[in-house]
Amino acid sequence: MSDINSSQALKDFISETEEIIESLSLDLIKLADAVDSSDCDPEVLNGIFRGAHSIKGLAGMFGFDDLSEISHSMESLLDGLRLGKVPFCQSLVDTLFSALDVLIQLIDGKSNNENFTIDLSPILTQISQAAEGDVQAEEDPLAALNIDPAILNVLTEYEEHRLLENIRKGRRLNLLRVNFDLATFDQELAEITQQLKQKGEVVSTLPSPGDIGERIAFQILFGSDLTSVDIELLLGRDDLDIHTYGDDAGDGDSGGDVDDVSGQEASDSFVLGGPEAIGDPDSIGKTTAMATTAVESPLPVNLEGTEGGGSLRSISRTVRVDIDKLDLLMNIVGELVLSKSSITDISDRLKGSGETELVTELGKATRILERRLHELQKGVMAVRMVPVGQLFEKMTRIVRRVANEQGKKVDLDIRGADTELDKLIIEDVSDPLMHIIRNAIDHGLETHQERRAAGKPEKGLIQLWSSQKGNHVVIEVHDDGRGIDTDKVRRKALEKGLITSTQVLTEEEVYELLFLPGFSTRDEVSDLSGRGVGMDVVKNNIAALSGMIEVKSVLGQGTSMIITLPITLAIIKALIVQVGETTYAIPINSVLETLMINDDAIQTVEKREVMELRESTVPLLRLEQVFGLPEAVKDAEHSLYVAIVGLAEKRMGFVVDELLGQQDVVIKSLGKALAFVRGVAGAAELGNQKTILVLDVAGLMSEALRGESSF
Amino acid sequence: MSKKILIAEDSLTMRSLIVSTIAAMGDYETVEAANGFEALRILPREKVDLIITDINMPDINGLELVSFIRNNENYQETPLFIISTEGSERDREKGMALGANAYIVKPFAPDQLQQLIREYLGD
Repeated sequence: MSDINSSQALKDFISETEEIIESLSLDLIKLADAVDSSDCDPEVLNGIFRGAHSIKGLAGMFGFDDLSEISHSMESLLDGLRLGKVPFCQSLVDTLFSALDVLIQLIDGKSNNENFTIDLSPILTQISQAAEGDVQAEEDPLAALNIDPAILNVLTEYEEHRLLENIRKGRRLNLLRVNFDLATFDQELAEITQQLKQKGEVVSTLPSPGDIGERIAFQILFGSDLTSVDIELLLGRDDLDIHTYGDDAGDGDSGGDVDDVSGQEASDSFVLGGPEAIGDPDSIGKTTAMATTAVESPLPVNLEGTEGGGSLRSISRTVRVDIDKLDLLMNIVGELVLSKSSITDISDRLKGSGETELVTELGKATRILERRLHELQKGVMAVRMVPVGQLFEKMTRIVRRVANEQGKKVDLDIRGADTELDKLIIEDVSDPLMHIIRNAIDHGLETHQERRAAGKPEKGLIQLWSSQKGNHVVIEVHDDGRGIDTDKVRRKALEKGLITSTQVLTEEEVYELLFLPGFSTRDEVSDLSGRGVGMDVVKNNIAALSGMIEVKSVLGQGTSMIITLPITLAIIKALIVQVGETTYAIPINSVLETLMINDDAIQTVEKREVMELRESTVPLLRLEQVFGLPEAVKDAEHSLYVAIVGLAEKRMGFVVDELLGQQDVVIKSLGKALAFVRGVAGAAELGNQKTILVLDVAGLMSEALRGESSF
Repeated sequence: MSKKILIAEDSLTMRSLIVSTIAAMGDYETVEAANGFEALRILPREKVDLIITDINMPDINGLELVSFIRNNENYQETPLFIISTEGSERDREKGMALGANAYIVKPFAPDQLQQLIREYLGD
C-alpha cells in the first residue's frame, strides 16, 4: 500500500488522532481529580490506555516512529498503572499530561508537515522514571476461586488484574447469565451494565457460546458487595441466573454450575435475517461507539436488510468534512448571492422600460431565487457551526495545567457549551482565549495564603461562559481573584509614558491601557503569561475576527473579560455608505440606526465631535478623516448621514455623505500584506464587479473611544 | 460468489486501512463492524468466510468474541485472525489458545495480511 501516506489518509489520521486526544485529555483530567483519593476509576484509566494504544497503532501504520515511540511508552506506563505495577500519584499524572502535550505538538506539526518531529528524549526519560516506581504484583489468588477456565481464558491481562482488584477489595464475584432478544440485546445489556456499575464493577461480558437464534445469552462477571438476592432485586429481571464465587469456592457443585452456564444451550436454528429481527433505531444508536463530535442520528433501520439480507452499513451517520471544502461551498454560495444581486439590479433598471409584464415576472423569479438562496446559505452556515464546547474542552486542559504549574487550586465552571459558532472563528479565538485564561489564573487568582487572608475559599474559581446575543456570541471569562488595581495600572502607564500625569482617565479607559502594546503590570514577566504575547495581541486577534473584548473588574473580588464575536464571518449583510467619492460597507449587525442630520447638529466637546441622541451624547467619527480622504466641498446647507453603530454597551456615530442601501457581501481578507491597515476588516465584492472595503467597526470604535491621536 | 471477510475494529482509520488492503486483492468482499456487538449482529445474518478482530474494543473484547465464535458450531471452522497492537504476550497466547488462526501485530504489513488471507481463503 504505497498510497498509505496519501494526503487523504493523512487527513483521516490527523482527524482521528485529534478526536482521540480530545477524549484523552478529558479522561486525564478525571484521572487527576482522583489523585487525592488515590482511587481511580478503572473505566477512565482503561479509556486513557485505549487512547494511547490506538494512537500507537495508527502511528505505526503511517511510519511515524516518534509518535509510536512516545505513545508506546505512555501505553507501557499506563499498562503498569492498570495492572497495579506502577503507583498512582501526582507526579505520574503530571508525566501523562506532559506526554499528552508532546503528542499534541507532534500531531499538530505533522498536520502541516509529515516530517515534523521533536526531541523526545526528555519526555521519554520522564516516563521511564515514572514507570520505575514499580510495586510488586501480588500472588495469584485466582486459583483459589475455582472460576471456570472458559471465563478466565477470555479475560485480557487488564481484566484479570481488575478481577484480582475486586477480590483484594473483598468483593463478591458473581457470574450473571442473562438472556436477551437479539433485536435489543445491546440496549438491554447496556442498561444492565449501567445499573450494575452503580454497585460494583463489570469485569467481563462474554457472549454465551451456542447458536445465535432470536435470542442471545451473555455471562457477566460482576464484582460487588451485593448478594445474589440484592442483584436480582436491583435488576428486576426474571430471566436472571446468578452464581456467586468465593463463599462456596471449594464446593464441587459450583464448578458444575458454571459449566452448565457456559455449556451449549440454544439449539435454535439460524432464523435471523429479516428486517423484523433488527432492533429499533434507538438501540442501534446506542451501540455507536465512535467518539464523534458532529451530529449523529440513528439510521432508519427499515432501509437495510430488504434485499438478500442486505449489508450492514456503518451505523453512525456522521460525516467528517474538511473545513476547506466547506469554505469552497461557502464561497460558491457567496458568488451566487452576488449574481443574484446583479439580477436584482438589472430587474430594477428594467422597471419603466415598457416591458411591464416581463419585469414583474422577473421580479417574482428573483424573489423566489432570493428565498431559496437564503435557505441554501442558512444550510451551509449550519454545517460550519460547531458548539463552543469543543473549545472549552481544550480550555479545561489549560486550566488544569496552568493551575498545576502555579500550585493553585482552581475550580472551572463552564456554561453555555452548546452555543454554536463558526468553526473558523472557534479555531482563531482559541489562542486568545487560552491567553486570557492563563492570565486569569496567573495574575488574577491569588495564592492560597493570600486567599485565606482575604477570607476567600482556598480554591479559586474560573468561570467560562458562553451565550448567544442576536448575531453575536459572547464568551465570558470570570475569575474571583484580586481584581485589577486601577491605581497601579495608572502608575505603570505613567512610568511607561503611555499617559501624561495630568490626564484624567475613567475606569474603563484605565482598563483599555492593559491592551496597549508592551503593557505589563508585573515587573517580571512570568513564564506563563508572558510567552511573548501581550494583551495587545489578544485584542488584535479578536479584532481580526470583527470581535471586541471588554474588561470589568472589582478590586478584591475578581475580573471579567468579555469577548463579543460575530457568529460567522463568511457572508454578512452590510450597509453601503458613501464618503466623498469612495464607498464602504458597514456590517449591518453593528448598525443600530441611521439618521440624517444637519451640520449644526454636531457639537464639539473636549475637542471631540459629538451629537445628542435621545438625551445621550454619542461620539462621532468622520470617516473621511479616518481614511485621510480629501474633504469634499460642501455648502452650508449640506445634510449629513450618521450611522449609529454599537458593540456590547458602546455607541458611536459614523458620519458619512450618503447611505446607498443594504446588501449581502462576502468578506475576503486583505491578506497579510495589508494587515496593518487600520479600521478595515476586509474587502468585499459587490454585484456590479466593484470591490469595496468593509469597515472594522470594533477596531474603529475602540481606537476612537480611546482617543488615539491618529483619529 | 466472492468470499466475505468480517472486520471488527473500533478505529475507523485502522478499519479503512484493513479494508483497503483487502480491496487491493480484488477478490474479496468486506463487512465492517465498529465494535463487538455489531459483529455479533452481523454474524448470523451474513455468511462470513473469514473474521478479523481487534482485541481492545469498547463493548466486548476480541478474546470474548473469539471464544464466542469458536464455541459456536456454525463458525468453528471459520478462519479467524486477531489483529492488535503488540503489547501483552498473554493476550496473544490466550487468543491463540482460544482458537485464533493468526495473530497479526499492528502496524501490520499489508502484504503479510494479504498473504495470510490467501493462505486461508485461496482456492
